[in-house]
Amino acid sequence: MSLPPDYLAYAKRRYGMDHDRYAWSMLPRRKTVRWPGGKLVALLVVPALEWFPLDMKAKPFKPPGALVTAYPDLRHYTLRDYGNRVGIFRVMTALDRFGIRASAAVNAAVAARYPSLVKACVDRGWEVIAHGLDMDHLHVEGLPLAEERRLVEETLAILRRVGGQRIRGWLSPARSESFATLDLVAAAGIDYVCDWVNDDMPYAMQTASRVLHAMPLPNDIEDYTILIQNRHSEDEFTQQVCDQFDLLCREAASQGGRILALALHPWVIGQPYRIGALERALDHIMESGEVWAATAAEILDAFTAQE
Amino acid sequence: MKRDPGLYDYLPYDRRPKIRWRGGAHVAFWLAPNIEFYELDPPLNPTRSAWPRPAPDVLGYSYRDYGNRVGFWRMLETFERCGVRGSVSLNVAVCQHHPEVIEACAARGWEFYSHGTYNTRYLFEMSEAQERELIQDSIDTVRQHTGQKLDGWLAPALTYTERTLDLIAEMGLTYCCDLFHDDQPGPVKTKNGRLASIPYSLEMNDAIAFSINGLSPRAYGDIIKRQFDRLYAEGAESGTVMCIPLHPYLVGQPYRIAAFEEALAYITRHDKVWLATGREIAQHFLAHDYAAFAAAGETAGEAP
Repeated sequence: MSLPPDYLAYAKRRYGMDHDRYAWSMLPRRKTVRWPGGKLVALLVVPALEWFPLDMKAKPFKPPGALVTAYPDLRHYTLRDYGNRVGIFRVMTALDRFGIRASAAVNAAVAARYPSLVKACVDRGWEVIAHGLDMDHLHVEGLPLAEERRLVEETLAILRRVGGQRIRGWLSPARSESFATLDLVAAAGIDYVCDWVNDDMPYAMQTASRVLHAMPLPNDIEDYTILIQNRHSEDEFTQQVCDQFDLLCREAASQGGRILALALHPWVIGQPYRIGALERALDHIMESGEVWAATAAEILDAFTAQE
Repeated sequence: MKRDPGLYDYLPYDRRPKIRWRGGAHVAFWLAPNIEFYELDPPLNPTRSAWPRPAPDVLGYSYRDYGNRVGFWRMLETFERCGVRGSVSLNVAVCQHHPEVIEACAARGWEFYSHGTYNTRYLFEMSEAQERELIQDSIDTVRQHTGQKLDGWLAPALTYTERTLDLIAEMGLTYCCDLFHDDQPGPVKTKNGRLASIPYSLEMNDAIAFSINGLSPRAYGDIIKRQFDRLYAEGAESGTVMCIPLHPYLVGQPYRIAAFEEALAYITRHDKVWLATGREIAQHFLAHDYAAFAAAGETAGEAP
């Protein structure tokens, strides 16, 4: 076995990134951002409403939360579905207490199967973010372009019909994209995507048709990452979310507005013994008086108005 | 293939010459931030895929990109508040991609050593000519962009050939961070030149602590303090080395940096600590201890 002679050729060794999707930019050297009311931190809560089909193929990789056992994996199918039946309503109660409107990332399959759930979100003034068709339709390189375009259009058509909203945001299932995904969702009217975890603030991304924005949504402080992947306790979840907030608050005081974006999975955080961990974190965050709780589209609009 | 790497003699902790650091310090303490560039769609090395998912692995790529855009700048402020310099484990292509990061480090007197060209180009299966080209690239790029002579080496993504350490010693480097067999520096047996192994520590590495072992930020701060306390105590007898290897995309996350800073400030509050760079530790060891350590070793590598 040996490496090809051109293994050390570096076609993209140049200033900036090794692709043309977005420009290289250093967070502390950017123009400062000011949120409505002069609040230091915009709070963005993104509960995911997911459907993992019982016959899922999980190709070419298993998305986080994928079913586990041989068919039929009733155990994990139903545990994930718990989030849509029970867990999400605990999350709603926790957010309602402070009048926080979430931006729910919804698989189109959830909207088609449980339209009353999407209605409950919309009735609260929540925003609906497109989260693909379901957790077994991954956007990956190798998927034929026409097929991926159909997937994007079908997803948006279902969510627009059921939710009655324009749908401006996109979160790919498992945050997985092909090289064409951003071009396709931009052409279909999407204004921002939440897949990229390289920044704490929005930034512009180039597509074939128009500019869209990356919206921060860290993978690190998701309930799934902390509680399921890292197996930390509920108290540690609260601590880490509060630490995230405190640091962003301190930084915002000198560097301009920041965003605390919190991705949640109701089948994880919505368990009776866990929901209190979210409530205690929200107590800390909201009692600070430094928070503008908003939807993703509201945050985007406030941001782009200052760009 | 060899059964023993043949890179060092057996030199047990209880029977070796004493190390005396500058100013009677117990511990030579150094910070090794890995400043890296991972390519979105690198060429395939048959031994290892760059990303767990098919390209473009948006999650993996953007997570690492966070380090240069955001995390590095937070980590820099933490180092400044604690009065410590970094010894940068550098993917040298960062000199071209993000010169502002290099300038920020250089302005603060930090050291640059090589961590290969990109963290997505692996040494496994390289020909000798390719490997020499890669090392020379590091020597030239670091010289050209920072004015520094390249002294140290940490193989990109910890990938090697059997000849890697021979080649870096022959090409004028003086220390490597690739061997994890000790808490003190030691001689490395190479064909040419004199090469010191400087303890780097995977145990203290934030990538291992967070991404492999899943530690919470506070638990990471706690193991740092425990590691330091023991090496500080043992260093009263003979000088030890403590390294914290960091990755700005990990330690620079908002929920992690304060707990790390608390642990770092704990270390810098002690008076018998030598806040050094990798190069300074290597220079001290090569000048004062290398010969005695080399003479004291017992021949190793006689596998049954």
